[in-house]
Amino acid sequence: MGSRLPLFPEQGSALAGEVDTFYFFMLAVSAFFSVLIAGLVIYFAVRYRRRSENQRGEAIHGGMTLEIAWMVIPFFLTMIMFFWSAKLFVRISRPPDDAMEIYAVGKQWMWKLQHKEGQREINELHIPLGQAVRLKMTSEDVIHSFYVPVFRTKMDVLPGRYTTTWFKPTKTGKFHLFCAEYCGTKHSGMIGWVHVMEPNEYQAWLAGGAEEGTLATRGSKLFQDLACINCHRPDGKGRGPSLEGLFGDRIDLEDGEKAVVDEGYLRESILSPQARLAKGYPPIMPTFQGLVTEDQLLQLIEYIKNTEKKTKPGAAPAAKR
Amino acid sequence: MITAREEKLNYLTADYGVKSWLLTVDHKRIALLYLATITLFFFLGGAFAVLIRLELLTPAGDLVQSQTYNKLFTMHGVIMVFFFLIPAVPAVLGNFLVPLMIGARDLAFPRLNLASWYIFVIGGTLSILAAILGGVDTGWTFYTPYSSTYSNTYVMITAVGIFITGFASILTGLNFIVTIHRMRAPGLTWFRMPLFIWANYAASLIMVLGTPVVAVTILLVGVERAFGLCIFNPNCGGDPVLFQHLFWFYSHPAVYIMILPTMGVISELVAACTRKQIFGYKLVAMASVAIAVLGFLVWGHHLFVSGQSVYAGLVFSFLSYAVGIPSAVKVFNWTATLYKGANTYQTPMLYAFGFIGLFTIGGLTGLMLAATGLDVHVHDTYFVVAHFHYIMVGGAIMGYLGGMHFWWPKMTGRMYPELPAKLSALVIFVGFNLTFFPQFLLGYLGMPRRYHAYPEEFQVLNVMSTAGASVLAFGYALPMFYFVWSLRYGQRVGNNPWGAKGLEWLTSSPPPTHNFDVTPIVTEPAYAYAAEEGAEIVHT
Ligand code: HEC
Ligand SMILES: [Cu+2]
Ligand SMILES: [Cu+2]
Repeated sequence: MGSRLPLFPEQGSALAGEVDTFYFFMLAVSAFFSVLIAGLVIYFAVRYRRRSENQRGEAIHGGMTLEIAWMVIPFFLTMIMFFWSAKLFVRISRPPDDAMEIYAVGKQWMWKLQHKEGQREINELHIPLGQAVRLKMTSEDVIHSFYVPVFRTKMDVLPGRYTTTWFKPTKTGKFHLFCAEYCGTKHSGMIGWVHVMEPNEYQAWLAGGAEEGTLATRGSKLFQDLACINCHRPDGKGRGPSLEGLFGDRIDLEDGEKAVVDEGYLRESILSPQARLAKGYPPIMPTFQGLVTEDQLLQLIEYIKNTEKKTKPGAAPAAKR
Repeated sequence: MITAREEKLNYLTADYGVKSWLLTVDHKRIALLYLATITLFFFLGGAFAVLIRLELLTPAGDLVQSQTYNKLFTMHGVIMVFFFLIPAVPAVLGNFLVPLMIGARDLAFPRLNLASWYIFVIGGTLSILAAILGGVDTGWTFYTPYSSTYSNTYVMITAVGIFITGFASILTGLNFIVTIHRMRAPGLTWFRMPLFIWANYAASLIMVLGTPVVAVTILLVGVERAFGLCIFNPNCGGDPVLFQHLFWFYSHPAVYIMILPTMGVISELVAACTRKQIFGYKLVAMASVAIAVLGFLVWGHHLFVSGQSVYAGLVFSFLSYAVGIPSAVKVFNWTATLYKGANTYQTPMLYAFGFIGLFTIGGLTGLMLAATGLDVHVHDTYFVVAHFHYIMVGGAIMGYLGGMHFWWPKMTGRMYPELPAKLSALVIFVGFNLTFFPQFLLGYLGMPRRYHAYPEEFQVLNVMSTAGASVLAFGYALPMFYFVWSLRYGQRVGNNPWGAKGLEWLTSSPPPTHNFDVTPIVTEPAYAYAAEEGAEIVHT
């Protein structure tokens, strides 16, 4: 039997400390009110106990001032809670611009992680200390949830969509990674480790694997193998638009609307090309639903993200993350 | 000459035989039918809980297999939520008391009332059938696309069972609303109604307005499973998160179906045991309605990390805090009622104290979950499990049992034995805290819910929780025995053993089939205990 009795989780990120501070505030408020209520209930119960069979309570019906007080005071307290936690929430939801990106795919019952440099891991995630990391996540099947308690972050991983989470580790070591959303039989086996390493060790680790090349190279290979290149020629002379430097652009659609090219848009364009047509092109692109895996999809996206606008004359190369 | 044998007939002795029970349209008998049925469900759901706690004694998943474990917590949740907690207070205590408390002879639609019980039994039977056939493993929340596409257990039968049971709830709610509007005794104005009636009225609004939504949602899951339509399945254009919105649109308010009538019970207990008007009666009555209305606007607090927009999260967080205020108000008002009361420590009051304690902790931790930035960490962990057990099990069952003790003499004409009853209240309170308080710690440490196996460092707290659960189980079993015992050996009581106010105490115990020999006329506000509180008194 494990004899350790931890009562409080380690703090593995800067945000963890801030979440804990807020938690302590909440605990203090809760303790105050619990003790207040329990104290008053016990005191009144004893002090005003029934002393004779026919005794009745006093005719007190209420008190405006008191009742207003205990509506207004809790209201102000809850507003402090609301704004304080909202501030944290916005920060938890907004990755910083300098975050490095890693792709995660959840499937029953494992986590697959792909680094841009090409390393792929299962149920392990290696990241450097002090560097903000942004995870772009999706699921191959049901809903999962990426949860690292020491970072105090959690984000659901949805099929058919990309969601994002981020953290900036402040402590080296090996930390639990859990799937927090119930996902079927081996839900509790969908766990792993986050390894936070010194940056130089991380570089050494990165140099270790990746025989197959970076994600983008693999994406570019897929781009040829799947014959995307036949229609999407870099010179723009194919039957489809050139995808060079497309990422981040605001483009015109056939139906007059506009769309921003992000991961979600690229994903949709490949899986259901007819959903939003690029302006001026016929609806001839076949769907690749079922032909590419979630991992490959991410590789294709990574490839498209890494292309430069070189063929569109006059266009400045888009800034790359 | 009236001898003991020719005693006045009451609703229990008016007729004998199975048929007289199965075809009864008497709200009091139907309440007892419900009581028997949900007690069965409670012990069934409890048995699943025992197995869950035993499995969690050790970190490895060694007692049962993963899928069995998943089925256990699913069926525990389904049975406890849909077949025990939701019907407990309204269908048992509400059914029994609503007509009695407003001076009516029965509910507005007695046959509909009986129909609701049959519907409930059919739904319940289907769900049990699903369990016998092999069970269902989706969690009581049935999240898609797992439930609609991936699970290969008996989702359909369970879903149909819940779908059908929903109608029982709708009919009960409808019946209460019409009864409360149309059948109050002369002189019983809205603001003279007991708070239990207000609370059931508010809960009925939720039952009538909310239940159809979950019925449709479950139907959609069924349709997707049966015909492969794409509603929630993203591979063909569906939206899995849509399900969560629809599900919680009902299931958050459903918490108030459990807790509002229970709060009504607590108001009655506190008033009777302090012999005092509830402090700020009107505010408490209005708080019930406010909770029912606001409760419909907060479902998104279950989706802070589900991919809903950050702004939506903030709005739902704000509204969740708003709905917390009327609940807090009630706790303060009950506490204030004790001031200068004629307070007793009889069993119902002990249960009411227990309720206030557990509900306060449940409510305060609810404020932590409504805090967006903190919920990200504790969402889907044992913190949430602990929180909702404090509200729905600690709170709701404390209140339900308190009410059962308080009205037991009215229902049966006999008193339960005081000493074991006091013991049960104490054991349940202690056992409950031992079981669920460690789960708050586990949750903040990061133990996810619905885990069959877990890392070793969580073991000590889990063992503590399981140890507590065995105390709790003893506490819950105790009333079963002495209630049954008291049916035969309990001391006989008169109309009003507590010296309590309220129309139900004017009639005999047990009441005659038609409740009142003469229709009572109400001339005073609710809980007019103090001597000078005559008919004319008008106050806040
Ligand atoms: C048969 C020719 C053809 C093939 C093969 C093809 N596409 Fe397309 N693709 C098109 C056309 C035409 C469009 C523009 C109309 C539209 O939006 O569907 C397009 C649009 C797109 C877009 C959206 C571009 C924009 O500006 O909106 C993306 C991204 C894309 N394709 C990626 C791919 C990838 C990746 C592959 C290979 C897996 C691929 N396509 C294979 C013809 C093709
Ligand atoms: Cu999972
Ligand atoms: Cu809720």
